[in-house]
Amino acid sequence: MLASLYFSFTRYNILQPPHWIGLANYRHLIASPLFWKSLAITLYYTVLALPATLLLGLVVASLLNLRVPGIRVLRTVYYLPTLIPPVAGALLWTWLLNPQFGLIDYVLQRAFHIHGPAWLVSPTWVIPAIALMSLWGFGGSMVIYLAAMQGIPEEYYEAAQIDGASSRHLFWRITLPLLTPVIFFTVILGLIGSFQIFTQVYVLTQGGPDYASYFYNLYLYENAFDYYKMGLASAQAWILFLIILGCTLLLFRSSALWVHYDR
Amino acid sequence: MQGVYRSAVPPSLPRRLTDRRRRQLVRRTAALLILCAGALVILAPILWMVSASFEHMTQVLSFPPTIIPRPWDFSAYRRGFTFLPFAHYFWNSFFIGAMSSVGGVLSASLAGYAFARLRSPDGHVLFIVMLSALMLPYTVTMIPQYVLFKHLHWINTFLPLWVPAWFGGGAFFIFLFRQFFLTIPSDVFEAARIDGCSYFGLYWRILLPLSKPVLATAAIFHFQFAWSDFLGPLIYINSTSKYTASLALSLFQARYGATPWNQLLAVSLVAMVPPVLLFFVGQRYVLSGIVVTQK
Repeated sequence: MLASLYFSFTRYNILQPPHWIGLANYRHLIASPLFWKSLAITLYYTVLALPATLLLGLVVASLLNLRVPGIRVLRTVYYLPTLIPPVAGALLWTWLLNPQFGLIDYVLQRAFHIHGPAWLVSPTWVIPAIALMSLWGFGGSMVIYLAAMQGIPEEYYEAAQIDGASSRHLFWRITLPLLTPVIFFTVILGLIGSFQIFTQVYVLTQGGPDYASYFYNLYLYENAFDYYKMGLASAQAWILFLIILGCTLLLFRSSALWVHYDR
Repeated sequence: MQGVYRSAVPPSLPRRLTDRRRRQLVRRTAALLILCAGALVILAPILWMVSASFEHMTQVLSFPPTIIPRPWDFSAYRRGFTFLPFAHYFWNSFFIGAMSSVGGVLSASLAGYAFARLRSPDGHVLFIVMLSALMLPYTVTMIPQYVLFKHLHWINTFLPLWVPAWFGGGAFFIFLFRQFFLTIPSDVFEAARIDGCSYFGLYWRILLPLSKPVLATAAIFHFQFAWSDFLGPLIYINSTSKYTASLALSLFQARYGATPWNQLLAVSLVAMVPPVLLFFVGQRYVLSGIVVTQK
């Protein structure tokens, strides 16, 4: 970690020893429009994908909390997309999102009579497309919520029901508050994850079309391993780290307001 | 006024109960229906993938898309696997996965044991440091790690892909083991110590057998991570013979002129099998493992 910090102040191309250049890497990054663009893209994607994924996970988890025979099958089904290796999944979605013979556009046409956009080659739709693909894998957070929900003691619900609580009450006054620590946990993990998305972007679009999906991590990777600008890439990594740290600290600070620990 | 005629059990009560039960039933069925519909939506891409892998290319590209292949064509599988030596690549991935799994489980459980049982003044500090390492984005350590491996001449071998797992294998799992070990009452340990058991013997003979759920969870996750890992092999592997399944899949597209979707999907489908299978086998353990961490 410290090595990374050191590298970020150097010009290092692996073949020769690092050469100290002070803050030049950082200055270069701040001045480069590609840097800001990739940050904006990553942020846009996070805003699209993260809340939706967590929300969906929460809703489906509460539905899956039923004690019905066969529910285990359904739970596995929802978790399945997360088990798929990202490369295989990304290839699947390249095919799905194909404007000519992809399933998505077919469904759009048949069910809603809209002509689907050219997803992965359209600058406007590329990031929503990747967000959609991530949404398919919401099962990861769902499973965590489900496990937490099942850890809530029955007595709470029973006591509330005796006092005449409706099921809506049960959810909003008991389940949700008790879940806030877990939600907090998944938000942080989700934030860290979505800022670092790489594999799917590399396989799906390689940053195109015309840098419209040039995510931050892809930019970092290209700097490090295509151009061998290790120093620059290390600087990038540290900026990302600081951003994530800032967000995490903000979340921690705000947690006093909305996270509720059980006694 | 009505109360004058009330008996000990109000006659209206049974009817209210049935009402409630009926409402519950309706709600449950509705939830179940929604879940099933959603499950179909989730499964649809995979199902379509399966059908396409058995179709002829002309059918794959047809619009509107066909669900049942007519006729069933198995050649996609044969050609896909012979075009690039995927069997070899699958074996590579499997090897890396297995090594990561074993190493990750052993080292994480040992570390978790240390954090849980041994009293040391710096223990707390170390633990906090380790936890904060969880928050560290992978990208920060990626480059120095690469430099380190370059100096060790480990580039273009499998070593960088599984050796790190032997050093704790991720703070998350150390945390998992520690939490689990903390739930074991110390009487067990004391009894064993009285009987002359060494510290390592405690670990090996008592803790490990008890912690099967956590062991299974950690093993499964490590394997899945290694199997699906793309960035790792991408930066460390150069020679084609050493490619992993994930890496080779991504090259499939590049090697062909017009992408043979049925072959690609066929191979991808097979690449999905090991992690999914592993999950099914260890499913019970995974869920209980997650519950343990929540406490």
